[in-house]
Amino acid sequence: MLERISRGRSVQPGKVYGAPGDGKSGHISLITALALIGLWSVITGMGWVKPLFLPSPAAVWQKFLLAMTEGVSNSTLIQHTAASLGRVLGAFLFALVTAVPVGILMGVNRVVRGLFDPIIEFYRPLPPLAYLPLIIIWFGIGEFPKIFLIYLAIFAPMAIAARAGVRSVSIEQIHAAYAMGATRAQVIFQVILRAAMPEIFTGMRIGIGVGWTTLVAAEMVAAHRGLGFMVLNAAEFLASDTVIMGIVVIGGFAFAFDLMLRYLEKILIPWKGKV
Amino acid sequence: MQTLKISNVGLTYPGLYTDQAVVALNGVNLEIKSGDFVVALGASGCGKTTLLNLMAGFLSPTDGEIMLGERRVQGPGADRGVVFQKHALLPWLNVIENTEFGLKLRGVDRKTRREIARKNLELVGLKDFHRHMIYHLSGGMQQRVGIARALTCDPEMLLMDEPMAALDALTRETIQELLLRVWNVTSKMFFFITHSVEEALFLGSRLIVMSPRPGRITHTYDLDFNRRFLAGESSRTVKSSRSFIEMREEVLGIIYGDERQSGGPKILHA
Repeated sequence: MLERISRGRSVQPGKVYGAPGDGKSGHISLITALALIGLWSVITGMGWVKPLFLPSPAAVWQKFLLAMTEGVSNSTLIQHTAASLGRVLGAFLFALVTAVPVGILMGVNRVVRGLFDPIIEFYRPLPPLAYLPLIIIWFGIGEFPKIFLIYLAIFAPMAIAARAGVRSVSIEQIHAAYAMGATRAQVIFQVILRAAMPEIFTGMRIGIGVGWTTLVAAEMVAAHRGLGFMVLNAAEFLASDTVIMGIVVIGGFAFAFDLMLRYLEKILIPWKGKV
Repeated sequence: MQTLKISNVGLTYPGLYTDQAVVALNGVNLEIKSGDFVVALGASGCGKTTLLNLMAGFLSPTDGEIMLGERRVQGPGADRGVVFQKHALLPWLNVIENTEFGLKLRGVDRKTRREIARKNLELVGLKDFHRHMIYHLSGGMQQRVGIARALTCDPEMLLMDEPMAALDALTRETIQELLLRVWNVTSKMFFFITHSVEEALFLGSRLIVMSPRPGRITHTYDLDFNRRFLAGESSRTVKSSRSFIEMREEVLGIIYGDERQSGGPKILHA
């Protein structure tokens, strides 16, 4: 039985000794998700856990409908979502246009690398909650410090990925470009930057993920709208159905963005993993 | 008519693990004219690739100088095309985009550069593969694109660093023949590095044999096997002729001598 499962059925016939883990896994993931929701329904339906600790899927769905129409925490779900999306995407786009150039420059220029390396490596492992108070003291409680906190969290992994991407160009490719009369700028823009694209995309995927995880922290102080704020506000009133609903919405958006980036990656970087 | 003149070139660099300087190349003199096909052969570590990198301008000599015509070689340039052992093509571009890349860098308009690229792809036998992506091609076809790409910049000189090392024997022979035909119609300077004595003898109009420690040219031969092929003899006939085999054994003797001295394959000591 274990043998059958571990080998999977999607492997082509006759291909017994292929690479371990070959084949599709999407349908298994779908079964996992359905099983978890089923388990959740059973546990709550049988009354094993109090609704305060774990409300039923139906209660969460009711809350979702209520949030869509009447709203919770003074705003509808659409408004909360729009506020959060604006923050995360704004921070993400701002990080994209700053972190990628910095990362590329760190890869091709030792001065820039020396300059940014200690800064990025120092703050990168810090939890955003640790420097959140400082950001509030410096920048107040407006919209900017919220976006800035998310931006900082996204910046580091994206810059590091872009810098690593520079390494994925081979010296032969650089030499070949020079031997075709390329200038240094042409080598950087038309060879190194392009060769770094797969890594940059990986950095974007990590970055947007980190952005969503930082969202709740960013909306902890002086927010009056946003998914993170909605969850925190609901927690104060022990409204666990709203908390779970908020978590599911955040998770859904994060997953959707990752899928979108994966799709873009497939279209824009078809050579990834093939050279 | 163009000439590349290498006079007394040497390259010494500080040793990695000891204070002793490493002499990669010493006192190399070589003159290559348009229409010459110079092949370099030698035991590993004899400085063949270093010499090619110096000609290409990727390295600067610590002694002597390299002149291309009236100009001193001081860096890489479009007048010296390079074909690498691993193709070094750009995987985000398709075949024709890779081929025209050098002209695009120079700002040549699309129509002109497409035309030149198309012509060169036809020369290397890749007429119907313009839109293919690099990673969909076989190793031999990738190397053909590499040659077409180098030709598209219309260099005075084509530098090739073991371009066939990673190819199978059959593809190798095909590309050898292709290379000779290209050489015959373009009459550029060709400089070609290989580990295969047979390949060296078949391709070169001049063969230089190099020795390690310090890297230097020890023997030079003028050859005409390539002319015999271009005159119509089949490559197998040329390669199995008595004069070819005698020459092959002579050159092999020199190289094995070097390998033995440098503690090469143990079996040779037996």
